[in-house]
Order: sequence, then C-alpha cells, then structure tokens
Amino acid sequence: MPHIALPEGLPGIRGAMAFRPETAKPLNELVEVLLRGPNTLTPGERELIATYVSSLNDCHYCQSIHGAIAAASLNGDEALVRRVKADFQHADISEKLKALLVIAGKVQRDGKRVTAEDVANARALGATDLEIHDTILIAAAFCMYNRYVDGLATTQPRDEALYRERGKVVAREGYIAVSKTYLPAEPVLR
Amino acid sequence: MAHISLPDGLPGIIAGFALRPETAKPMRELAHILLHEPNTLAPGERELIATYVSSQNGCHFCQASHGAAATSHLGDAGLVEQVKTDFQSAPVTPKLKALLVIAGKVQRDGKLVTADDVERARAQGATDLEIHDTVLIAAAFSMYNRYVDGLGTWQPREPAMYADMGRQLAEHGYITPSRA
Repeated sequence: MPHIALPEGLPGIRGAMAFRPETAKPLNELVEVLLRGPNTLTPGERELIATYVSSLNDCHYCQSIHGAIAAASLNGDEALVRRVKADFQHADISEKLKALLVIAGKVQRDGKRVTAEDVANARALGATDLEIHDTILIAAAFCMYNRYVDGLATTQPRDEALYRERGKVVAREGYIAVSKTYLPAEPVLR
Repeated sequence: MAHISLPDGLPGIIAGFALRPETAKPMRELAHILLHEPNTLAPGERELIATYVSSQNGCHFCQASHGAAATSHLGDAGLVEQVKTDFQSAPVTPKLKALLVIAGKVQRDGKLVTADDVERARAQGATDLEIHDTVLIAAAFSMYNRYVDGLGTWQPREPAMYADMGRQLAEHGYITPSRA
C-alpha cells in the first residue's frame, strides 16, 4: 500500500504524478527531452541506459516500464534488454554504448566516481560531449525517478504483459502525450 | 577540470544548465516548485531538506549553495550546520525531524522508507503533501547532486560566492538563471 493517499488505479510514477500535477509537468518534460528529444543517441539506446540504472537501483516499476519501452524501440528485442541489465559488456550493443553504460553505472552510485579515464574511453569510441552529458543526466535523473517511485511505496504490478503493452504505447506516443490521459488538464488549486 | 567542455567561469550546476538549456528548463522549474513556491513547509525548511540530502551525498556545490539559501531564509548559519551534522539535536520542529528521517532514507534507497517513518511524521502533523514533497525533494537532490559531481563541474570553495548565491535563490527562486 502506498505511504500516502495516491489516486487509485495508476501504478508506479503515474499515481504520484496524478497526486501532484505541478511537479509532474517538469518531471515529464525532463524525461521527454532526455529519452525522446532530438539526439545522436537513439531512443532505444537512451531507454537502455534508463533501464540499466533503474535495475541497479532495483526499482521494479521503472526497470519494467523502461525495459518495455526500450524493447519496443529495438524491434521488440526483450532478450537484449535482459542482457544489458545482467551483463552489458557481453550484450550485442555498440562499444560506445558500453562505455556510456560504465559512466551511467558510476553515476548511479556517486557522480564523483566518474573518472577522466572513463570519459576518455567513451570519447575514443566516438561519444560526443553532449552524449556524455546526457548519459550522466539520464543516470542522475533515474536516481530521482527510482527513489520517487519506491520512496512513496507506489503500486508496482508484477504482470509483465501490462508493461509490454504500455511500453509500446509510450514508445509510440511519448511521455508528455500519454501523461495527458492521467493528469488533469488544468493545474490543481491548493 | 570538468569531464566535458563546459562554459567557462560558471560553477556547479549553472555550467550544466548553460550547456543544455533544454534540460535546464524542467530542472529549474522542478526546483522552483519544490523549494520556492508557496507550501505549508516554509522555504527555509525545504532548503534544509535539500541541504541535508546534498550533504549526505557529499556534493560540495549543492550543500553550500542550498545551505546558503537556507541560511538566507532562516538567518542562522549555525542551525544549517547542525542540521547537516546532527539534525536530531538541532532546534527544528519534531515534524521537520521526522521528515528529515524520511529524506535520509530516500537518499540511500526509497525502499528503506517504512510505514512507521511515515506514521511518525503524520503524528507530528505532517500532511500527505508534505510527505510527498519531502520524498521528491530528497529524490530530486539525488539527481542534482549526481549531475553536478558526475560532470566534474567547478565547485569553488569560497563561502562568499555561495552566500551571494543563497541570497539570490532565497529571494528569486530557481527559474531565473542565477549568477555566480
């Protein structure tokens, strides 16, 4: 049961966002820019970074939904998503993405762990400054989303099919568009 | 030296924001709503939560700038230091202490927050919205801290710069780009 009275029927972050639409707005805008905005990293690659960090933080809802969005963005390849979570160094992804996942994993623990060598490795494999920036911010942002979802003890269903279906919708329509189905059109007056 | 090429002369998160205005906008808005807009928790109380979490994460820039904003609101730098080192014996309300317990758990892992922690905060008068905002402030600073440290931003050690910044943040909030 959630720690506070969240609207019913909305799992994970959606319940929390519907409870507080004012903060939901920038939270949705940030994830939209980071994971779906114009970028030299594909949406699938960025969703893999988000999924990997959420898995390290052991947030069931976030790793399931972003894993499903990643799979939907990567021709339905759920096995690849599982492999990235379990052992990304041996997953069938680019060397550049592996170097970025190393950086993301360090940010997940503590930003101060990222070394000049980690960044040089990513650059040597073709990563740009903006890609490195966005990797760090995706990892940092999911340390927020994960803690928000777990810290309120939101409902986190175990049914994989639910995430798979939702993942397809979010991959197609985006975070801001789907948020309109559960957020009020006008800001709530308090 | 920063890990990537950041605009010169801008400390901490201000450099990250200048590099990437698209992500800066929602990040500024989130901080503004959480720390500055009207709330049953005073801005000084919310800045103390942000400062405490930033201190637990060992982020110099964030704890210094939000500590300065808290000082500017509360007029008591000693109190801010005491909250960072031992909030249970600091002269803050029992409600804020109960909320700081929740914030400290979120900083480590959201799953550590127990029904008991929440019950204790409620018994001291905390509302659901105050508990929500405490959880989200702690979660958000787990992001801001990692962003500032992960980029290897310049984090000056001179207290005077932070005092100026804290006054400006306390007065104007977070939407307007702040000067170093």
